[in-house]
Amino acid sequence: MSGASLRKTPYALTGPGVLFFAALLGAPIVMTFLLSLHSYDFTLGIQSDWSLGNYADVLTDSYFHKIFGRTFGLGLLVTVCCILIGVPEAYVLSRLSSRWRSIFLLIVLGPLLIAVVVRTLGWALLFGSTGILSMTAQALGFADAPVSLMFTFTGMTIALVHVLVPFMVIAVWASLQKIDPQSEDAGLSLGASKFTVLRRITLPQAMPGILSGSIIVFALTTSAFATPAIIGGRRMKVVATAAYDEYLGTLNWPLGAAIAVLLLLANVVIIVSFNKFIERRYAKVFE
Amino acid sequence: MWGPIVSFLRLEALKKEFGDFVAVRDMTLDVARGEFISLLGPSGCGKTTTLQMVAGLLQPTSGRIILDGKDITETPPNKRGLGIVFQSYALFPHMTATENVSFGLEMRGVAKAERIERALAALEQVRLSQFADRYPKDMSGGQRQRVALARALVIEPPVLLLDEPLSNLDAKLREEMRIELRLLQQDIGVTTILVTHDQEEALSMSDRIVVMQHGDVSQTAAPLDLYERPTNTFVSDFVGKTNLLTGKVVAPNTVDVNGTKIEVDTSDIGAGSTVTLSIRPEKFKMSDDSSGQEVRIDAAIFLGASWLYRGTGPLGELFITQPNTGTAGYAKGDKAYLSWPNGALTLFEGTV
Repeated sequence: MSGASLRKTPYALTGPGVLFFAALLGAPIVMTFLLSLHSYDFTLGIQSDWSLGNYADVLTDSYFHKIFGRTFGLGLLVTVCCILIGVPEAYVLSRLSSRWRSIFLLIVLGPLLIAVVVRTLGWALLFGSTGILSMTAQALGFADAPVSLMFTFTGMTIALVHVLVPFMVIAVWASLQKIDPQSEDAGLSLGASKFTVLRRITLPQAMPGILSGSIIVFALTTSAFATPAIIGGRRMKVVATAAYDEYLGTLNWPLGAAIAVLLLLANVVIIVSFNKFIERRYAKVFE
Repeated sequence: MWGPIVSFLRLEALKKEFGDFVAVRDMTLDVARGEFISLLGPSGCGKTTTLQMVAGLLQPTSGRIILDGKDITETPPNKRGLGIVFQSYALFPHMTATENVSFGLEMRGVAKAERIERALAALEQVRLSQFADRYPKDMSGGQRQRVALARALVIEPPVLLLDEPLSNLDAKLREEMRIELRLLQQDIGVTTILVTHDQEEALSMSDRIVVMQHGDVSQTAAPLDLYERPTNTFVSDFVGKTNLLTGKVVAPNTVDVNGTKIEVDTSDIGAGSTVTLSIRPEKFKMSDDSSGQEVRIDAAIFLGASWLYRGTGPLGELFITQPNTGTAGYAKGDKAYLSWPNGALTLFEGTV
């Protein structure tokens, strides 16, 4: 093969994929961005002018501040919960014999096998004031009146953690697999207790997995739509449901587009800088 | 060496079973203070299992381990205080060389300043001072190996356990490390147990070698004794190269191999018994005058320091090693005559 055609090969090979994403992901994003620059009139519809008015509206309105704050707060809380549940789960999984491991892996991945709406409606059944949780709490005397987790922050958090924990487990498990089990024996032989080995030897080596799992969970939480829409409803709007309401409720497409673009931007900034931090902190140590 | 051994580390009827499989059957071994012992054998012979039991990483099914008069069989590994160098080195990838070495001192509650001082001294001892701040990933295999050694030695362990420590190094480095490791061990005087499948490694470094097979001890002896006076065909074949010839005792001190009468001390083995003769390839003398056993050379391989021949004759197929004296050796198809000095043959009862 000649030098020139060799140089073209990568472009030829990635071409179809690039075209696919350009047409089906790139173009809609650009169109959404362009849409967000138009203004909207409640009687005349979308105007053909160009302005940053929609962005100014979102950035100065305390109503939207609250929604963005709630979204990223939710992202942070869900991520922390997934770390607290997923890391021990992955550790236990890595210690199981291969037969038990495949059974438990199936259980861990279970939530991902159920359609998002079905799964969330299931939670709605549990959370409602006549749901199992409420009835059990009353029967056991924890509550005097029906309690409901519907349309609450707590409810959204539980439902999102449930579906996102598998991503954390898989990411952490992958990095636990790479650890040389002899390094734990080495820690023991040098006088460390089992707990110290876990804290000083195993956990630091699993850190890249925990951090990449966190990125996945955070990004999926802040952009989640179905779960906040069903469990959170109108009372607990997040950015995704707010954008949806602008589009389909008030029909203010440009404002909805501006909200969507801001969410994308914020996510990209947070994730890229977090990733940079990880690489700086851990690239030196891991191959 | 051959006086009564004052036992510093004693393995007493040590046994390990995994379900139906017996990994180590009945291991009894007395190790003197400062002694370098090698556990030698093919994979699956139980040598690593034995080492792991001494380390405390495996609990023996039965038997006892006694260190300096104290029974440590039930002591957990982090309370035994032994130094271990693992086959994979098992360095902590998220720590620098110094942090790796000082970890054991930290676990012993040594103050930070002293810890770093002693870690640097240990790295100095293995000639790695200039790599103190490197992470394992930025070091070569030989350097990682020496960090692992420094990490095991810095805690001043009563016993140093080495699990195939040189097997991941290339041949040249491996030979250098053998010498370096042995000198360091003698210098410090630390009692050492080495697990290896490499007979050259065991022969070159040990005070005594324990040859193991299928969970049993085949023979325990000093390197030269083991090589010159193996007590069974497994040892004679596994340690060094050898030619094994099957024959029958036809008269006192005479064995018939394929119709050729060979003179050898048969001691009290009766006539008619089947025996196996072992002779090392380098014990043969080769000459052109027709005195001795005739062979036809069917392969001649030049190894630099020596020649390796394969010859076929009335005795069967024989491997012969001759030192390179600077002149051309025999070529394929040449005829040669073999003789050997008294005592070059070792006799075993039975067949291989």
